[in-house]
Amino acid sequence: MDPILLARIQFGANISFHILFPTITIALGWALVFFKLRYRATRDLKWMDVYHFWVKIFALSFALGVVSGITMSFQFGTNWPGFMERVGNVAGPLLAYEVLTAFFLEAVFLGIMLFGFRKVPSWVHTLATVLVAGATTLSAFWIIVLNSWMHTPTGFEIRNGVVHATNWMEIIFNPSMPYRLTHMLLASGLTTAFLIAGLSAYRWLRNDRTPAVLAALRFGVAVAAILIPLQILAGDMHGLNTLEHQPQKVAAMEGNWETGPAKPLILFAWPDEATRSNRFEIGIPYGASLILKHDPQGVVPGLNDFAGRHPPVAPVFFAFRIMIGVGLLMLAVSWVAAWWLWRRGDPHPWLARVLVGMTFSGWVATLAGWYVTEIGRQPWLVTGVLRTSEAASAVPAAMIAATLAAYLAVYALLLAAYVATLFLLARKGAKPQTIETGPTPHPTAFVAAE
Amino acid sequence: MFDDPAVWLPVAFAALMGLSILIYVILDGYDLGVGILFPVARPEDHDRMIASIGPFWDANETWLVLAVGLLLVAFPVAHGAILSALYLPVTVMLIALIMRGVAFEFRAKAEAGWKPTWDRVFFAGSLLTALSQGYMLGLYVMGLDRSLATVGFGLVTAVCVAAGYTLMGATWLIIKTDGDLQRRAVRRARAALVVTMIGFAVISVVTPLVSVRIFDRWFSLPEFLFLSPLPLMALVLASVVWVVLANQPHARDRFAWVPFAGSAGIFTLAFFGLAYSFYPFIVPDRLTIYAAASAPESLIIILVGALVVVPVIVAYSAFSYWVFRGKATDLRYD
Repeated sequence: MDPILLARIQFGANISFHILFPTITIALGWALVFFKLRYRATRDLKWMDVYHFWVKIFALSFALGVVSGITMSFQFGTNWPGFMERVGNVAGPLLAYEVLTAFFLEAVFLGIMLFGFRKVPSWVHTLATVLVAGATTLSAFWIIVLNSWMHTPTGFEIRNGVVHATNWMEIIFNPSMPYRLTHMLLASGLTTAFLIAGLSAYRWLRNDRTPAVLAALRFGVAVAAILIPLQILAGDMHGLNTLEHQPQKVAAMEGNWETGPAKPLILFAWPDEATRSNRFEIGIPYGASLILKHDPQGVVPGLNDFAGRHPPVAPVFFAFRIMIGVGLLMLAVSWVAAWWLWRRGDPHPWLARVLVGMTFSGWVATLAGWYVTEIGRQPWLVTGVLRTSEAASAVPAAMIAATLAAYLAVYALLLAAYVATLFLLARKGAKPQTIETGPTPHPTAFVAAE
Repeated sequence: MFDDPAVWLPVAFAALMGLSILIYVILDGYDLGVGILFPVARPEDHDRMIASIGPFWDANETWLVLAVGLLLVAFPVAHGAILSALYLPVTVMLIALIMRGVAFEFRAKAEAGWKPTWDRVFFAGSLLTALSQGYMLGLYVMGLDRSLATVGFGLVTAVCVAAGYTLMGATWLIIKTDGDLQRRAVRRARAALVVTMIGFAVISVVTPLVSVRIFDRWFSLPEFLFLSPLPLMALVLASVVWVVLANQPHARDRFAWVPFAGSAGIFTLAFFGLAYSFYPFIVPDRLTIYAAASAPESLIIILVGALVVVPVIVAYSAFSYWVFRGKATDLRYD
């Protein structure tokens, strides 16, 4: 098999596994801050129960994110040595600032947040929680800056084939960064909101109907219902930004081969690169022109303008439809659920079952979205500057295949253990747990600690 | 020479990277060592052992990310060359790090019946991480060539590094625990100290024999005068640790910190000996730090950030160690 494709699959597998966990922890950190602040404001113990349940899931997700992230810092070198050789002068400082400003901050204060509840004053513990949440967000900022620069590079010049930075403000605030960052942070918020709603609904279905469970359920549904329209708006603006800077990616997303006016919005098709046409096409007339140009006669770019320089069409086309489909499902479920909970207070069992089914919907949409944008960047690693094939390493294909198999086995195992443990924790409920055998403190112990 | 950033920047970054590696080896060394000691500890002590490292291990591993990150950003060509040559041991180390990292959480949160399994995973991951790091060190010393002799040498360094981490872990437990667990840690520390020192001796004898350049560097004047104190000081430190261990555990924990500090000192001396042997090469005998360095204008940006942020990192890390000072008793997720 082609070693470059294997290296891409391996890197893609690692980064896909990794992103699952930061997607949860970025927003869950802020949710924990919210729970703590609600408790401080209301002195209602249910908020501490919510906090103590979700901080465990935060700790587990964070550990998985950290260890799978270490892999990434090595694979830049093992899989893509050409990346750092050619664009290291831009990528290097951005990655270094992520480690320096975010990784240490979150790692150190995570220790205080998880194990320091009884060892530091309440306000220090709240501050530690804020710092952990802030550091995870800062980490997302730096890595999205680098990723966006790879899509829409600015602020550099090329000397002797090597990229040199000329303007750091242009590099950091490159054209796609604000859209991509907003889109990703909202994705994290939605993923966490549906996770919280789903696990809380699961507990509710198992007759664990304490005020804490209901509060978490309402919180998750409310956040989802508020964020999903914002995400659809942000996604639309991100798409228009992509149309401006990477039209070939949008053409692949739309499955549009020929540039022209009055293009339909294709709901389903089978894009065939051999014949350069779609089979089984079902579309809404004028839809693509309306969405992309806000004009039924708008001219939409087609893939044939970029022959040999556009991404593989089918994966981008289908991943885009999966993302949109899950997004629309999120809209329907969160709004119906919000309306129901607002009117009735308690969920209907069927509604709870649907929410349980949607527990990991954020993961599906987020991964699909990343596949759209990253496969959509091909054949470039850095748009217009460096091709993926130029950055690959000379590691033999057999070795990549063997290590890939090992990684996949480990990731499948860990994913199964993670999901099983989340539901196990949900079944065990919110009782403050200790891993040391000993008396479980009564909830009022926290009042004293606070 | 220090007027030219193309000269002093690579040196500054090599120093910064070396410092990160040294801090990593000492800090993650003790928490990996605690993991390696798992099977010889009583199962009822496992929770307390985890409690002694729980708040720290994540930050400890971040020094590895910083070290590899600095290699990546400051010496990208060397990052590619070294890590491609060490592709398999790197993969083994990464998977081992993943497994032991998640075991911290799963052993506490998975179903009770699975706890012994996750404890075994924690031990295996810790040991494999140490062994693969030691093996990589051996291959690096041998110039990244793979032959029967270099692999054999790599196996020796693998055992030596694992023993060294065990020493760090056992001496850490002497500080952080009491009672029977502390008494056992003293015995483990003595055994680990013997193995570590034998390993260091073997490495010190073999290294100059296989590398003509290192032989010339070590046994020429005036270098010999600067270098000969290193093994002597290591021997003195090892003797001090040995003597103090003989009087541990002490009823009022007098000098309980000495074995840990002395072991960290031995690691530091070994590290300086190695660093001096390879300077200015970053890929042994092939690529110098000057040839491998990134553009000065990008390195300056990182250096300024590092000089501002690293003292802050050290400050809040110290705060965390202060918060969790004293004996580890139990570990509460609340």
